[in-house]
Amino acid sequence: MKLHMKMASSLLAAVVSTLLICVPATASELKIVMESRLGNLDPILSASHQTRDHGYLIYDTLFALDAEQKIHPQMVDSYKVSEDGKVYTFTLRDGLKWHNGAPVTAADVVASIKRWGKRDRMGIALMSITSDVSAADAKTFSLTLSTPSGVILDAFAKPSGVPLFIMPAKVAETPVTEAITNYTGSGPFNFKADEYQPGVKAVYVKNENYVPRKEEPSWFAGGKLAKVDRITRIEMADPLTSLNALNSGEVDYVQNINSDLMPLVNASKVTTARLDQLGYQISYRFNHLQAPFNNKLVRQAALWAIGQQEVMQAQFGAPENYKLCGAVFGCGLPYESDVLAEMVMKPNVEKAKALLKQAGYDGKPVTILHISDIPSLSSVAPVMAQQLRAAGFVVDLQAMDFMTMLSRRANQGPTTEGGWSIFITSWHNTEIQEPLRNFMIVAEGKGGYAGWADVPAIPQLTKAFLTAGSEAERKEIATKIQSIVYDEGVFAPLGSFARISGFGKDVRGVLPAPANIFWNISKGAP
Amino acid sequence: MFGYIVRRSVMTIPVMGVVALIVFALLHFAPGDPAAIMAGDSASPAQLAEIRARLGLDQPLHIQFFYWLGQLGQGHFGTSLHSHKPVAEMISSRIGPTLSLAVTTMTFSLLVAIPMGVYAAWARGRLSDRLVMMMAVLGFSTPVFVTGYALIYLFSLNAGWFPVQGFTPLATDPVRFLQTATLPTLTLSAVYVALIARITRSSVLEILGEDFIRTARAKGVPEARVVLRHALRNAAVPIVTVAGSGAAFLISGVVVTESVFNIPGLGRLMVESVLARDYPLIQSLMLLLSLIYILINLGIDVLYMVFDPRIRA
Amino acid sequence: MKMSAVLPAARERRAGQWRARLRGNGLTIAASAFLVCLVLVAIFAPLLTSADPILINAVNRLKAPSAQFWFGADTMGRDLFARVVYGARTSLVVGVVAAGASLLLGLLIGLVCGYFPIVDSVLMRVMDGIMSIPSIVFAVALVAITGANLVTVLLAIVLPEFPRVVRLVRGLILSLRNEAYVEAAVSLATPAWRILLSHMLPNTLAPLIVQGSFILASAILTEAVMSFLGVGLPPEVPSWGNIIADGRSYFQLRPGLVFFPGIPLALTVLAINLIGDALRDALDPKLARRG
Repeated sequence: MKLHMKMASSLLAAVVSTLLICVPATASELKIVMESRLGNLDPILSASHQTRDHGYLIYDTLFALDAEQKIHPQMVDSYKVSEDGKVYTFTLRDGLKWHNGAPVTAADVVASIKRWGKRDRMGIALMSITSDVSAADAKTFSLTLSTPSGVILDAFAKPSGVPLFIMPAKVAETPVTEAITNYTGSGPFNFKADEYQPGVKAVYVKNENYVPRKEEPSWFAGGKLAKVDRITRIEMADPLTSLNALNSGEVDYVQNINSDLMPLVNASKVTTARLDQLGYQISYRFNHLQAPFNNKLVRQAALWAIGQQEVMQAQFGAPENYKLCGAVFGCGLPYESDVLAEMVMKPNVEKAKALLKQAGYDGKPVTILHISDIPSLSSVAPVMAQQLRAAGFVVDLQAMDFMTMLSRRANQGPTTEGGWSIFITSWHNTEIQEPLRNFMIVAEGKGGYAGWADVPAIPQLTKAFLTAGSEAERKEIATKIQSIVYDEGVFAPLGSFARISGFGKDVRGVLPAPANIFWNISKGAP
Repeated sequence: MFGYIVRRSVMTIPVMGVVALIVFALLHFAPGDPAAIMAGDSASPAQLAEIRARLGLDQPLHIQFFYWLGQLGQGHFGTSLHSHKPVAEMISSRIGPTLSLAVTTMTFSLLVAIPMGVYAAWARGRLSDRLVMMMAVLGFSTPVFVTGYALIYLFSLNAGWFPVQGFTPLATDPVRFLQTATLPTLTLSAVYVALIARITRSSVLEILGEDFIRTARAKGVPEARVVLRHALRNAAVPIVTVAGSGAAFLISGVVVTESVFNIPGLGRLMVESVLARDYPLIQSLMLLLSLIYILINLGIDVLYMVFDPRIRA
Repeated sequence: MKMSAVLPAARERRAGQWRARLRGNGLTIAASAFLVCLVLVAIFAPLLTSADPILINAVNRLKAPSAQFWFGADTMGRDLFARVVYGARTSLVVGVVAAGASLLLGLLIGLVCGYFPIVDSVLMRVMDGIMSIPSIVFAVALVAITGANLVTVLLAIVLPEFPRVVRLVRGLILSLRNEAYVEAAVSLATPAWRILLSHMLPNTLAPLIVQGSFILASAILTEAVMSFLGVGLPPEVPSWGNIIADGRSYFQLRPGLVFFPGIPLALTVLAINLIGDALRDALDPKLARRG
């Protein structure tokens, strides 16, 4: 076994070195098209997945997940946990350098952790039990907890929500409400700020200073080897345009191919794959402050009225394009549970009608914020509206783009004054897979996440999850949270889907991962 | 003449002022909250308030207006809410495709529409005249995006002559530029050709009825010379006027055409900024596009005077 | 005495001429027939199709045209024929209401501007300002800010459009003010509203009707363009622009999603423009003589 590995790796090394020799002197360029525009360039300020993928190109992380969801050190060389589980000491590996050649120091890491800890949900939870984070010397830093926790490394390694990207201390000192303006990182690529044209293109070039790890790459772990000289990200507004550009060879990689358009893919030139098997959870939240959903029975009626199958089929067509899932923390993930899942999976019009009657529903309109500009959400709200109407709800479906939804959603007022009743969104499954990351379960009242559910048991259980001693205990807490979430109508999942990506036949080494990563990809004839 | 130009130019100042006021009022009485957009999906109410304060959105309206005017006066157009890039930089990086599209459209339209109009006038009442005029009305009536998709369907998908969408700058690759610019140019030109052909026809017709043309014909001047030298030259004024007032159509058409063909120009930027509620960008683009329109009209008035000295009186 | 004997005769001759011209032009007749049909389709839409234009049925999504779905089904499995038929209703209602509102508003302000020079200089500067903002840009920005619903879409069409009517009416009034009979009325101390209503208003009608037809065409187009850009009526509403916006990403797979609503849209605007041209030729003797 060991011999095989050795042989494989030396073979790989041989192949790589031949490739390096064979590659002509001209620079290789990978042209990529992502699903939506790159807007914000601050991956801590913005939780946008486009910003996150930009982050993975230019920044590095302390720890990383592999394809088995195991945590591996990435920038870290080694770490120690004290016997009481309260002090974590980390040492950085050798050769870490910023794009300008300066060494990465423990002080940079500490500043980065502090900024992230003010913004990321899991980071904030972590900081609430952290008494100190400081650098001992240039390569060593430590984290001191007030209560032991079993999820510290999970927080450092998690790839979504806001990943803990390490930035130079000077950049990481930017207030968390202000966007950074310096894009120096220590990742495998450099960002060319001078060539960046928002809405048109963004350019990355190979970081010659980067020293990759020796291990094989797997998801975010292992050696992140930049194998092209230049990556040009081209913005295209229309999925049809990007598919045509891929078919004609104008671009090399398209993040999202609309499943309905699969018949148009030129199979002799393009490979398609679901690179991100985990996929996204589509879900919706009620506004607990305003009628009609300020009444628990009405929320339950809506949960019974809405069914997943109808929504997902209208949105994604063929069954292979989506999965039904009634678990708050995602299916096929550690905290999956089917407790009370029947409330959110199949529509039960009779039950919904009975609950509405019991609640004395007076026909107060349900205002649904319908996002019409995101192709993977555009059919969701109309189907939900149809299902709610069938159960006797009065529905006001208001179409808007995602940005307007964000702005409308902040309004806590009644629906007659620009308020809302239901909003729909989607999260990557790695962002919802446990209580500390999951935004949809937040129930901390008016100061919390939009919807403003106020169920004190949920934050208490979430806190208990953070400090729980064993996996079995965490599992039990997560299941308990699910039953409360559905009973109280905090939010409901609608199902999950995975994107189909496409790339040219001459693009090699594309790694599957629950984000879009571009190291290990090379271009050219075999 | 110089006095006229100065007077005419000064007249545009109050108009610009009104435009600025309308643009400002429009965006500031909006119920949307730029801070919420900027803060993104997971911001807390406290973080929202902080961003609002930083953007000056908590200041009284009139202070915001005069501050904004002052900034404009100094050439500061603000910063995009999303990309955090200066608005001026974003606009200047997008002006190229739009400008080249406008130039190709203008050139193509004038080259096609004027001969069409002259011919129709000369062949007045005949079937060919009616056909030309019918085509003109059709071009004028078909929505730009329907024309665009019809052209893509015929020439890109079926014939495979042109790429479906996209744009390559002239400087990058001239051949590719022509390939990518042909269909958008044809799409935009449909409306423009219709407008100019119609006005050319009717102005040439009017002049053909004048006494001096009759005199010329009686003197035995060849028909082609009569139509081209005498009639067309005198029809220049209305043609220039319509070509200019058509600039409004051109600007509106650019917004749609760039969306259909996925061209990264000012029109797309306008739609993008509107969809993203990027208020500083929307404001500047509205102002800029209006300014272009006002300047074109100013230019026409000046040209008008060059062509038609009677106005000087 | 002599005057009154000549005038009716001349008027009758002219009326006869333009009636003949309208009748004589095959295209105008075809255009009118098309519009009449369209109005009938819009009114009797429920009789033409039993399908519900907003009923989603995922099983039918993107179906090709067939005996059951004459035009196929859209991305959410809604019957495209039903949506196109009901779309005629949306387009006509939006067009007629927007054109009517533009004319009315333009007429009122135009009358005031033309007759009261003090108000005129201020109001006309405002009108110039509005007209300097390209109409689509104005409309798109307006809806982006206020949110898309029927009222804001109508407003977004009317606001950029009505200053043109103001300018037309004001010009007419200014020239009419110098006519002998108006001067006579003024010297007889007739109240302003009376002069406006009985002497001036009737004379603005013919040009207004012509202008109205062009505004109608442009309002229908603007609604479609706004929906196409994603800032028009809510996507549930069957409007031709919405159907095209919804289907554009599938255009290569099902061209019908763009062409089935696109062709009636183009024909409608064409028909209205042709009728407008004919009306102008008929009502404006100076232009008519040229043709």
